[in-house]
Amino acid sequence: MTNLTPASAPTVADAADTLIQPTGSTGRPARSGWRMLLPSMTPWLAIGLTLVVGITLFGILAVYVVGDPKQIRDQGLTPPSAQFLLGTTQTGQDVLAQLAYATRGSLQIGVLVGILATVLSAFFGIYGAYRGGILDEAFSLLSNVFLVIPGLPLVIVISGFVPRESRGVWTIVVVLALTSWAASARVLRAQTLSVRNRDYVAASKVAGEKPWRVIAVEILPNLLPVLASQFVFAIIAAVLGEAGLAFIGLGASNSATLGTMLFYAQNGYALSLGAWWWFVPPGLIIALFGMGLSLVNFSIDETINPKLKNLRLYRRRARRTARMERQLARRGAGATGTPATRSTVSEAPPR
Amino acid sequence: MTLVHVTDLVKDYGLRTGLRRTRLRAVDHVSFDLIPGRTVALVGESGSGKSTIAKILTRMEKPTSGRVDVRLDDGTPVHGSLYQRQVQMVFQDPFASLNPFHSIEHHIARPLRIHQRTRTAAETHARVLEMLERVNLTPAETIAPRRPHELSGGQRQRVAIARALAPGAQVLIADEPVSMLDVSIRLGVLNLMGRLQREDRLAVLYITHDLATARHFSDEILVLYRGRIVERGPSDAVILDPHHDYTKLLASSAPDPERLDRITAAVTVDRDAIDNSVCYDHRTSRWVEAGVPSVTAAGMPAG
Amino acid sequence: MNTTLLNDDTPATGRPRADAVLTVENLTVVYEADTPVTAVRDASLTLHRGEVLGLAGESGCGKTTLAYAINRLHRPPARIASGRVTFHDGGGDDVDVLALTDAELRAFRWEKLSMVFQGAMNALNPVTTVRAQLRDTLVAHRPGLSRAKVRERSEEVLRRVGVDPRRLGSYPHELSGGMRQRVMIAMAMLLQPQVMILDEPTTALDVVVQREILSEIMRLRDELNFAVIFITHDLPLLLEISDRIAVMLAGEIVELGAADLLYRRAQHPYTRKLLGSFPSLSGARGAFIRSGVDETALTDGAIEERA
Repeated sequence: MTNLTPASAPTVADAADTLIQPTGSTGRPARSGWRMLLPSMTPWLAIGLTLVVGITLFGILAVYVVGDPKQIRDQGLTPPSAQFLLGTTQTGQDVLAQLAYATRGSLQIGVLVGILATVLSAFFGIYGAYRGGILDEAFSLLSNVFLVIPGLPLVIVISGFVPRESRGVWTIVVVLALTSWAASARVLRAQTLSVRNRDYVAASKVAGEKPWRVIAVEILPNLLPVLASQFVFAIIAAVLGEAGLAFIGLGASNSATLGTMLFYAQNGYALSLGAWWWFVPPGLIIALFGMGLSLVNFSIDETINPKLKNLRLYRRRARRTARMERQLARRGAGATGTPATRSTVSEAPPR
Repeated sequence: MTLVHVTDLVKDYGLRTGLRRTRLRAVDHVSFDLIPGRTVALVGESGSGKSTIAKILTRMEKPTSGRVDVRLDDGTPVHGSLYQRQVQMVFQDPFASLNPFHSIEHHIARPLRIHQRTRTAAETHARVLEMLERVNLTPAETIAPRRPHELSGGQRQRVAIARALAPGAQVLIADEPVSMLDVSIRLGVLNLMGRLQREDRLAVLYITHDLATARHFSDEILVLYRGRIVERGPSDAVILDPHHDYTKLLASSAPDPERLDRITAAVTVDRDAIDNSVCYDHRTSRWVEAGVPSVTAAGMPAG
Repeated sequence: MNTTLLNDDTPATGRPRADAVLTVENLTVVYEADTPVTAVRDASLTLHRGEVLGLAGESGCGKTTLAYAINRLHRPPARIASGRVTFHDGGGDDVDVLALTDAELRAFRWEKLSMVFQGAMNALNPVTTVRAQLRDTLVAHRPGLSRAKVRERSEEVLRRVGVDPRRLGSYPHELSGGMRQRVMIAMAMLLQPQVMILDEPTTALDVVVQREILSEIMRLRDELNFAVIFITHDLPLLLEISDRIAVMLAGEIVELGAADLLYRRAQHPYTRKLLGSFPSLSGARGAFIRSGVDETALTDGAIEERA
């Protein structure tokens, strides 16, 4: 007779939580489920979105403005100037033009890997956990195996194994996706196992929903924040991973990415020649893009765990409340003029 | 009109402790009938197997042995998706049984669409509003687009009842439908279920641990103890004139201000010593062996 | 404030009024949200020595908030906006609970006034034994207590709540829910407090186990003469165990009186409604559910909308 009644006796913390939620929701039109998933705007989210959108726009649009990045000139290693805003490389190529194409290349790879890794992790994590039994065991084993394989060495081995001529963008994408889905799959599996046992899933099964509909309509929306967070994280990992691969010369042969730019800068002794304009911009783009996505990710985390969202608000109110209470206590103590109180309490054992 | 015959239901769970596998019998040869217009209460403590019976009836679990035979009035056996249309369930926790992501309308519209009760979107919408009004959720027009967290516990449970009835259910399994609700709205929800039952001639299985509501809400009570039915009969007879030790213990433990004898001495009963191998049947006024497969088909244990 | 007082000046137990152990005067607790919410409004009650005071009400009525505020366990953004809580010590001194410093408060709790929370059985530390947890509480409040004394006292409290002292070496997960709840009650009486606040202590348990624990608490109360504030939504239960009952609605104590008087002659409509919400086990009340004839004319709309 487990009639634990959360309904009839909320704890103080619960009450506080509900009070933080916007009240009087009955007056407003109902928010749609999708809007409920969107993180609320904070300065951090604004900075993150600005960075991500800015860099993405640069990657998409700048390629139509800048000149040919491969054009070789005789003005090697010129610092930034009016003609070349970010200077030139050793062979006189325009760094800005290269940066534009490289950003586009990196973004392409990042997004492709993000999609592929998310799809893989969703399939192995969600479907396996929903079906349960031997399938779940098998999928779980598979993701565990992929989890313990050291990612970067495997990537290096696979990339090295594929001959350079046939090592295209897709090879890199597949290799990166294959080595990065496992951790997400495990998280999704755990989440699905918890959602799968909720009553509303049971209710939709009892109502006769088809399994795929139960997954897609009843379970998936509740996992969307997790999926979004993992998608964003997969993009960061892919951009960084590709840069690492390209930097050691194992990148896609026919593409220009931020990693290959760094690779050529390294080969051209940019650092020892002091040509900072050659290696700082691609490095900075990678760092800022990663930072922007991470900030977006933090905001998504807040929708997964509303406690995080309320934390600051909660602390501020707590401080004000404590202050008001101290004032009341002081007033109370003054009014009673409590010699008796003090003496009683001093009998309490020292701690 | 749908009849449910449950015969010799057994459910074993395998437990793995280290390398040893042990078997736990959650439901032990349970037989009963659900008849249109009547409510059967299944009373017992947690772990007595009452929720397992609900899961078997709603086909969330398969019984180890025994049969659940559902037939229409004319004797046609009910299978497949017709079964899902006929036998529906109201869950205990209204805060967990509605998907926080979807609107109230979605919850009621889906069963309608799955079982092709409605064809067009407009028809579905009209039917949803109609269902909401039937469970006293008015104005339905403003309730339908809301999300579960915008409703109170009692309102959510009404939505859950509407969802269960949406496919045109004739058999309603109610698993502790009011134990999570505030006390002042419990009777209202039970009252609503009672009204819907009379209107639709539903067969209801009311699973609860609350003897008082079981007595007033149901026609027949089955007392379940450790997987077996230890006492069965008309509800007033079981509560007011308990025969089995366990029923007596339950009845004396439930608070009852009208008894007016206050708690004085500790009730110390060794519950392991309570015998669950016999069952008192108030209809025949005799003891029968519980947990033994019945030989007669009508669900009446061989005495 | 419009509390209906039923016979409050002469307590049902017949004890004189001077024998109060805890006085709450005009206590108001506010949640500092964007629009402050008053969770407890102007609550006043007196708890007498050896008395069981029931606090009844539904979810969100402020009964738990009131209990937390009495021993200042409420956490921000809740704050006590006004009022006074006075503890009348057995020695004759009065303690202004709201003026205690943090250190004094720590000593005051458990020592003078202890509390068992709802679901307290899950509050036991899962990685240490019952013995260690009892010992920690004892040593924290009574430093310098000898090892033998600690063991003796631990065994004694366990025996009192009906748990075999051999269970001292057990870990919480080795005990059943009822057993764990008993251990929590044992812990609450370890330092022989004069007041125990029990917040839905048996809601999660089976009726049979609930009955066992309640009768244990009542027996202990008779033996040790501590006062109990018993919080629950289960009014029939309160009617059986308490001397007086306070009924809370929307943060206010709307009715306070002797249990039997409250049962027979409830003044406030909400009390009557609450009483009517419980079908009677042996009586006829509640029969309308089956018959469909609602003679008490229960309409659940009004209260539900508020909740």
